[in-house]
Amino acid sequence: MSTIITSAPALAPASKEPGQGGGVDYLNHETSIASWLLTLDHKRIGILYLVAMSAMFVLGGFYAGLIRAELITPKGDLMSSDFYNKSFTAHGVIMVFFVLIPLVPASLGNFMLPLMIGAKDVAFPRLNLISWYVYMIGAGFTLVALIGGGVDTGWTFYTPLSTTYLNSNVLLTATGLFILGFSSILTGLNFIVTIHRMRCPGMDWFRMPLFVWALYATSVIQLLGTPVIAITLALVGVERLLGVGIFDPRLGGDPILYQHLFWFYSHPAVYIMILPPLGVTNELISTFSRKPIFGYSMMAGASLAIAIFSFIVWAHHMFTSGLSPYAAMFFSLLTFSVAIPSGIKVFTWLATLFRGSISFDSPMLYAYGFIGLFTIGGMTGLFLSTLGTDIHFHDTYFVVAHFHYVMVGGAIVGFMGGLHFIWPKMFGRMYPEFLARMSAILIFVGFNLTFFPQFLVGYLGMPRRYHEYPNEFQVLNVFSTAGATVLGVGYLLPLLYLPWSVFFGEKAGRNPWGATTLDWTHTESPPTPHNFEETPVVTGEPYKYDTLFNKESALAGH
Amino acid sequence: MQVTEKKHAQEAHDDHGHGHELAHHFVSVEQQHDAGNLGMWMFLTTEVLFFGGLFAAYTIYRYKFEKVFEQASNILDPMLGAINTIVLIFSSVTMAFAVRSAQQGKSKAIVAWLGATIVFGALFLGIKYGEWKHDAHLHVFPTSDFNWTWAREKHAEGEHGHGHDSHGPELKGFVFNSPVVPANYIESDSRNPEAKQAKLFFFLYFSMTSLHALHMIIGFGVMAVIMVYAWYGYYTPHYYVPVESVGLYWHFVDLVWIFLFPLLYLLGAHLGAGH
Ligand SMILES: [Cu+2]
Repeated sequence: MSTIITSAPALAPASKEPGQGGGVDYLNHETSIASWLLTLDHKRIGILYLVAMSAMFVLGGFYAGLIRAELITPKGDLMSSDFYNKSFTAHGVIMVFFVLIPLVPASLGNFMLPLMIGAKDVAFPRLNLISWYVYMIGAGFTLVALIGGGVDTGWTFYTPLSTTYLNSNVLLTATGLFILGFSSILTGLNFIVTIHRMRCPGMDWFRMPLFVWALYATSVIQLLGTPVIAITLALVGVERLLGVGIFDPRLGGDPILYQHLFWFYSHPAVYIMILPPLGVTNELISTFSRKPIFGYSMMAGASLAIAIFSFIVWAHHMFTSGLSPYAAMFFSLLTFSVAIPSGIKVFTWLATLFRGSISFDSPMLYAYGFIGLFTIGGMTGLFLSTLGTDIHFHDTYFVVAHFHYVMVGGAIVGFMGGLHFIWPKMFGRMYPEFLARMSAILIFVGFNLTFFPQFLVGYLGMPRRYHEYPNEFQVLNVFSTAGATVLGVGYLLPLLYLPWSVFFGEKAGRNPWGATTLDWTHTESPPTPHNFEETPVVTGEPYKYDTLFNKESALAGH
Repeated sequence: MQVTEKKHAQEAHDDHGHGHELAHHFVSVEQQHDAGNLGMWMFLTTEVLFFGGLFAAYTIYRYKFEKVFEQASNILDPMLGAINTIVLIFSSVTMAFAVRSAQQGKSKAIVAWLGATIVFGALFLGIKYGEWKHDAHLHVFPTSDFNWTWAREKHAEGEHGHGHDSHGPELKGFVFNSPVVPANYIESDSRNPEAKQAKLFFFLYFSMTSLHALHMIIGFGVMAVIMVYAWYGYYTPHYYVPVESVGLYWHFVDLVWIFLFPLLYLLGAHLGAGH
């Protein structure tokens, strides 16, 4: 195999001119608003999702800011306890359902999946667009409920809070989430069929980039888990409207059943959030250390193993809910076992980095941050899956810190890395590298400053979801709020320089990172409307680096 | 990645004259067919889980309230359930013939067999409607209108030859009749914890059967559209994914009923009539 950079254009003569200076690409071949809103192009749909989710992220972040501002002082002086409850519910619902769950699959996944497997589009382009509209309709319902009246149950909607003691906005929110669920199901269905049926000739299962494996595992969870939460929310609505005691013990129902059904989806949902960023990180680590991923098949298998394990550990959220001790022991043990595939991933990354020509480009800075934060998040999960310690930590800030390390430190940081990696492919432009590195560092520092103190304050016993707290917790809370401010600045920078770069950034060229997957070697930046003018035929492994590609690797002496 | 390129299989577009047979992003009609087929199977997988939440709730409450669930199940008429099961199986057979006709390229036969499927489906829903109407008379709709004392009494009367429509003039409308049950019945229900448990059974009964009926009605809509296309010869032996997909869907809907029938209708059969 010759060098990618010289071979790729030679092999793809038909696609030499477009995209490079005035050619036809998917962004400029049609530019009307209607052409965006009615597009069936997976790349444009990915960007529609990106825009919508960025807006939701800003809104969810705004509520996070309110919470942190309230918690600077021990007294509840900024807002009423009721408004505080509504704020953390809004923060949780928006961030979990409208940002984290669709974040990587719907934006980066939509954009990259067909490019990575040599397809012209996903299997069902129209369904893909429909799922974006379903997302927007679900978001509309939910936002009206959250902003209009507010919901105070927390994002978990536990019964009887959501049935017996509720204000009616819970039903509107549940309707929104019910609708939203179909967006997730349709995306998962589309991706599974795409991966099974749309791979180009020669693209065996074990020649697929690892991001594709991660998307596959995620889609399986979306397909199997989401219908259960949909029917659960419908049951909450029915209990409320018809007065049937499905979850209300006074009417013969069982509130624990709600928790079982809720977590049967919502624990796997954690892996819907984290698996795709894990997959993106593979691409980053491999590309920026110029080495194939150590143990490709182990990594692919670990993604599937996590997807399977995710369905049999849900009751670890219910150790204090009156679960039988034998069931609790069983679920504790199963939960520990999730650490095995997660550990495999971390160690294969370390082994990949070892003796690689590693670089410090901004996407890779995010990837380094991701490894560290995901590891801390995962390890503290073990404290919570241990029965004895969970009794102490349950519903404290320790839990809050743990899942923010996984969801923000893991999922969001991984997403940011993936976004900075894919950006030149998306828009054909480079962003200001210095600002990007600044933002990666600010996010890492700000994040740790925000959430590490929460481990401590949780260990000391501060419960979550209260807007007042004893004086002795104030120092740690002030640290946390200060960190959140730094974190906010870190997120603000990309919101400014990324859109700027679309118009004023330096031209990227087809493969600025020297990556070796089809999306970089065989499509323009930005790609042409149908991605590949000629169907590629794959004959080898996904990660095979030309060590002469750039000066860093040349200097490393390979 | 080691890659060579071959000319994109543009020929596939040209082989078959009909533009609708191959969407631009597929390489071949086989790929398109497989994708459509797999997509339908995946969709049915989510459907299994969708019903699965209700089946899980059913299992738990059936286990907790065994006796009342059997008594409540006994209110339903197993004979009507059995007739409906047979009707649905016939509709599955006609659906299979519709798919077969599509494979053979017999457009008019697709229309005829789908029409027969809709007729059987409509017969099923007609019988179901009759059952629900009777259920409304018995006050077993799981609303505030529900009354277990009344339901058991009237059901026993019905079984002993007093006729099903002897409930007097107090009935208004189909489901949401206003408080018509005498106060002493309501009083009796409020002292009886089993009333709440029976209400749970009927909630599960109505939600599962109406979700099932909703799926059938959606199926009618899809079949109607396909019949129009088939009438104009849109489907060929190269391209009949929609017919095959609606077939899979319809068989799935039937299969759900095959599970619902014993769970809902036969649970209390051993108690005998009138209990
Ligand atoms: Cu969990």
